[in-house]
Amino acid sequence: MIGQSPLRTVIAHAVLILGILIVAFPIYYTFVASTQTLQTILRPPLPLLPGDQFWTNYSEALFGGVGRIGGVSVGRLLLNTTVMALGIAVGKIFISILSAYAIVFFRFPLRMVFFWLIFITLMLPVEVRILPTYKVMVDLGMIDTYAGLIIPLIASATATLLFRQFFMTIPGELVEAARVDGAGPWRFFFDILLPLSRTNIAALFVILFIYGWTQYLWPLLVTNSNDMNTIVIALRKMVSFADADTQWHLVMVTAMLAILPPILIVVLMQRWFVRGLVDSEK
Amino acid sequence: MATVDLKDVKKVYPSGVEAVRGVSIAIPDKELCVLVGPSGCGKSTLLRMIAGLETISSGTVAIDGKIVNSIGPTERDIAMVFQNYALYPHMKVYDNMAYGLRNRGTPKDEIDSRVRSTAKVLELTALLDRRPRELSGGQRQRVAMGRAIVRNPKVFLFDEPLSNLDAKLRGQMRVEIKNLQRSLGVTSVYVTHDQLEAMTLADILVVMNAGLVEQTGAPLDIYEKPASTFVASFIGAPPMNLLPLLQGPAGPALTDGKAVDFAPANAATLGFRPEDADVTFGADAPSGALVLPALVEAVEPVGSESFLHCAAGGNRIVVRVAGRATAKPGDQLRVVARTEKLHWFDNAGKRVD
Repeated sequence: MIGQSPLRTVIAHAVLILGILIVAFPIYYTFVASTQTLQTILRPPLPLLPGDQFWTNYSEALFGGVGRIGGVSVGRLLLNTTVMALGIAVGKIFISILSAYAIVFFRFPLRMVFFWLIFITLMLPVEVRILPTYKVMVDLGMIDTYAGLIIPLIASATATLLFRQFFMTIPGELVEAARVDGAGPWRFFFDILLPLSRTNIAALFVILFIYGWTQYLWPLLVTNSNDMNTIVIALRKMVSFADADTQWHLVMVTAMLAILPPILIVVLMQRWFVRGLVDSEK
Repeated sequence: MATVDLKDVKKVYPSGVEAVRGVSIAIPDKELCVLVGPSGCGKSTLLRMIAGLETISSGTVAIDGKIVNSIGPTERDIAMVFQNYALYPHMKVYDNMAYGLRNRGTPKDEIDSRVRSTAKVLELTALLDRRPRELSGGQRQRVAMGRAIVRNPKVFLFDEPLSNLDAKLRGQMRVEIKNLQRSLGVTSVYVTHDQLEAMTLADILVVMNAGLVEQTGAPLDIYEKPASTFVASFIGAPPMNLLPLLQGPAGPALTDGKAVDFAPANAATLGFRPEDADVTFGADAPSGALVLPALVEAVEPVGSESFLHCAAGGNRIVVRVAGRATAKPGDQLRVVARTEKLHWFDNAGKRVD
């Protein structure tokens, strides 16, 4: 802003710092808890500084196999969740970009009907169709498989819509120039459309990865074996275990580990993410 | 090198709109044909039909004697320069120019030598590693040209390529395009709505209006003998003065009733170019000339010449005078146009000789 007075700077910073504290404190507190012994956690008040159990707790969670959830290590849970989140993000992008490509650049009968059919599914969240979907998965024998975790969530009307809107901003002249230059549909897609969509794909990937990572209801239904649990489900199981004490220190470790990959994705892809949201490379 | 022949080409859109209503043009080898007309006259549609970007409703388009109606733009061996350049934004200048060749499977070293030699001609060598958004409008325009030239096609198609440049650059590029086209000897079709561009570039000028060809010919022939009032008012800047004539008892007369005794009997409109008239303050009436008393309303000094905007008996006319104008707004004077410089048009707007 122009002509900013020192007072305004101070107030702006104060508000920002307050905001950061409100957002960051619970995460910090979780981290603190994850470095304490179970006894310290169960005996309030919890100290505000990290304890000395960092290595013990984290190595037990990662390699020891957390007894509460059937001897599955956090490593296994992270792998499951990563496969699922990646599968959903990549799959959604792949399917959406192709369907948007078809809808925007090809003239075929019932084109708009298909578009509206896709569009209408926006109004049909997973929860609404969860029972029939579950039945289908059971019939197909996809319970406790990665396919069962990924496939029912893989179609995305939102992403299709986003790609469609982006494709429609590509000038017709560019499409025609490519035709004159001898680029067929596939070449146009790979040589021109895909590179131009890079930033959009990156932004969408971040959003969809986090969407996949935080899925709760569907993984809860479709996985029975502890081996196939995602980390979110495992966390729940760790907390609400009826016939024993909850191992809060390990819960905290798992929670910390669970939020690490999404943070990594956001941090690593931040530049692309922002460019995808604000920049149109045309 | 090729000829382009259009025979009774029509374009009817599914909505029923007739964009092109039967156009026949024959463009000889190595010549530059300019399609000019107001917006919506179908000139761009016609160009896109030659390019293969638009289907042809009826009639035939032949390139090099071969009818190309049903083959795609790639196989027609044409190159097109677009109004907004249509450069691939994510590719460097080099790749923009090489893309068409790569798609045709040209060997790598040949692509390289062709791109570099074309870049040299267009003075783009220093820019080969840049991306389009780092270039100025004129440079982008050059790259678009380069992309067309590097392919060495049978026909160049230009779709208003200079309309996004500023006036000075436009003048430069116009000369450059003309020189390039002549030295490369590639048959070209050029669409523009700018009559100056059309006049200066064309070997063959095609004036279009409402989906039809109004007149085809050499630019100066069209300028000197416009076939219709539309052409007369479209070609030339400022346009030809057109005065309606009434059918008086003694033949055609001006709207103020004064008979024009040297007019052809069926003339309904009289025209003369701004530069074909003189102004005089005297009362002498030279014989064999059209004399119009006029009131000067505005003076536009351009430098080398001035344009007097006058009101003459309910008509507005423009007269060009060389150098600085002595007349001022409000002056009464007489506009004198020699009879051999007058153009006559009949009721339908067609030329009468």
